[in-house]
Amino acid sequence: MNHEQAVKSMTDTMSAFTDYVGKHLPDDVLAKLKELRAQEDSPLATVVYDSMFDNLAKAGELNRPACQDTGVIQYFVKAGAQFPLLGEVRAILREATLNATRSAPLRHNAVQIFQEKNTGDNTGDKIPWIDWDIVPADSGITIEVYMAGGGCSLPGQGRTLMPAAGYEGVVEFVFDVMTSYGINACPPILVGVGIAGSIEVAANLSKKALFRPIGSRNPDARGAEMERLMEKGLNGIGLGPQGVSGRNSVMGVHIESAARHPSTISAAISTGCWAHRRGTIRINGDLSFEIISHKGAQL
Amino acid sequence: MKKILTTPISNEDLASLTAGDIVYLTGQMVTCRDMGHRRLIELGIPLPVDLQGGAILHAGPIVRRAGEGWEMVSIGPTTSMRMEGYEREFIRQTGVKLVIGKGGMGPQTLEGCRESKAVHAIFPGGCAVLAATQVEEIERVEWLDLGMPEALWVSRVKEFGPLIITIDTKGNNLIDTNKATFNERKIPIVKEISAQVRFIK
Repeated sequence: MNHEQAVKSMTDTMSAFTDYVGKHLPDDVLAKLKELRAQEDSPLATVVYDSMFDNLAKAGELNRPACQDTGVIQYFVKAGAQFPLLGEVRAILREATLNATRSAPLRHNAVQIFQEKNTGDNTGDKIPWIDWDIVPADSGITIEVYMAGGGCSLPGQGRTLMPAAGYEGVVEFVFDVMTSYGINACPPILVGVGIAGSIEVAANLSKKALFRPIGSRNPDARGAEMERLMEKGLNGIGLGPQGVSGRNSVMGVHIESAARHPSTISAAISTGCWAHRRGTIRINGDLSFEIISHKGAQL
Repeated sequence: MKKILTTPISNEDLASLTAGDIVYLTGQMVTCRDMGHRRLIELGIPLPVDLQGGAILHAGPIVRRAGEGWEMVSIGPTTSMRMEGYEREFIRQTGVKLVIGKGGMGPQTLEGCRESKAVHAIFPGGCAVLAATQVEEIERVEWLDLGMPEALWVSRVKEFGPLIITIDTKGNNLIDTNKATFNERKIPIVKEISAQVRFIK
């Protein structure tokens, strides 16, 4: 395969995968939704869950995006330092966005700042957004594709607290956001919390927390315990699916952190709706690939 | 048995509905969200669709060309609260009877529903393909200059739903009542968790 063929091959893979992610939920999300549905018995909660599963079945059958709001496309990349197409990845992902927008089709969501014009193809200034991480001594690349609608991006908030506010302040902040904005974010929600020394680091980590497999825990014992406590507590509030009330509120709470400054404790929250359209793909140096998030998926 | 509202919807059709009821819609439904509301209320531009006894959906769909017409690919509700500042006046001016969206709406819409005899309902968010399969035909589109999500898509729907009534004509607001409950439940829960996360000593 020459260079040109390699670029085309990866573009085709990423176009097809971006298209696919809008139509099929990842395995862990699907399993969690089934588990939560089984716990509901009120007529309103039941009718909402039934609609959700009916919708997913129809999205697969008719090959259509599961939710009309396919977001502003984001890619979170863990790139091996030796990945042969490293320099081409940005252009490839832009092309993949354009292709998937046509093929899926995806709703046009990219509105240029100040010009306030919808570009009509889901690309724009710095969009698709790409977040980079370099992995030493690796010749492959792992890419998270994420499309979040407006509804589940609206609760996104950050706050820098005085250290005396402590982790208690973080808990209070997360719960306030969830009871004020959570209903519109299409519960059951996946809650990502970032804790760090400054706001942009916390915000970035809160989004990355949404990519951890549901049910996984923060590696620190206290972090894991805080996740468990908040998950149980938020479920105790009982937002139910779409806020109609029910036995649960969330699919999970994930916390990611970076060491903080002694004088600050920043917290940020990002939420993912029940239709949590994220997909993880690993592309090897020879451009063969493996889809990690959706077992058995065919592109 | 399914309770079905058919357009044009009359005041009597809505009188017996209570927040929390589940209904379906048959007839005409028009998508209308931020820009449609803004044009009518703030800019005073009349809507190019007659909504007397009609239904609107707060939504921005995915549509594609199908021959001479259009096909509804995917259409789910969007956050209704964005339209809160406009809806009371919108209901008053247009005579719309059913406002469908996602999440709750506030006191102004509640007042508008009471005085003009209208209701607000939610369609389960994210269920956009299910909704699209209940659209029989896109009759026409207006204000396409606003772009695909904001244009007014005039559709004929059959048993569109489930629609959960959140604001009825009698002054009940399901989501507001739920929110009050959620906030009450929150206080002791946050207190209990806070006591266990005092990691800074």
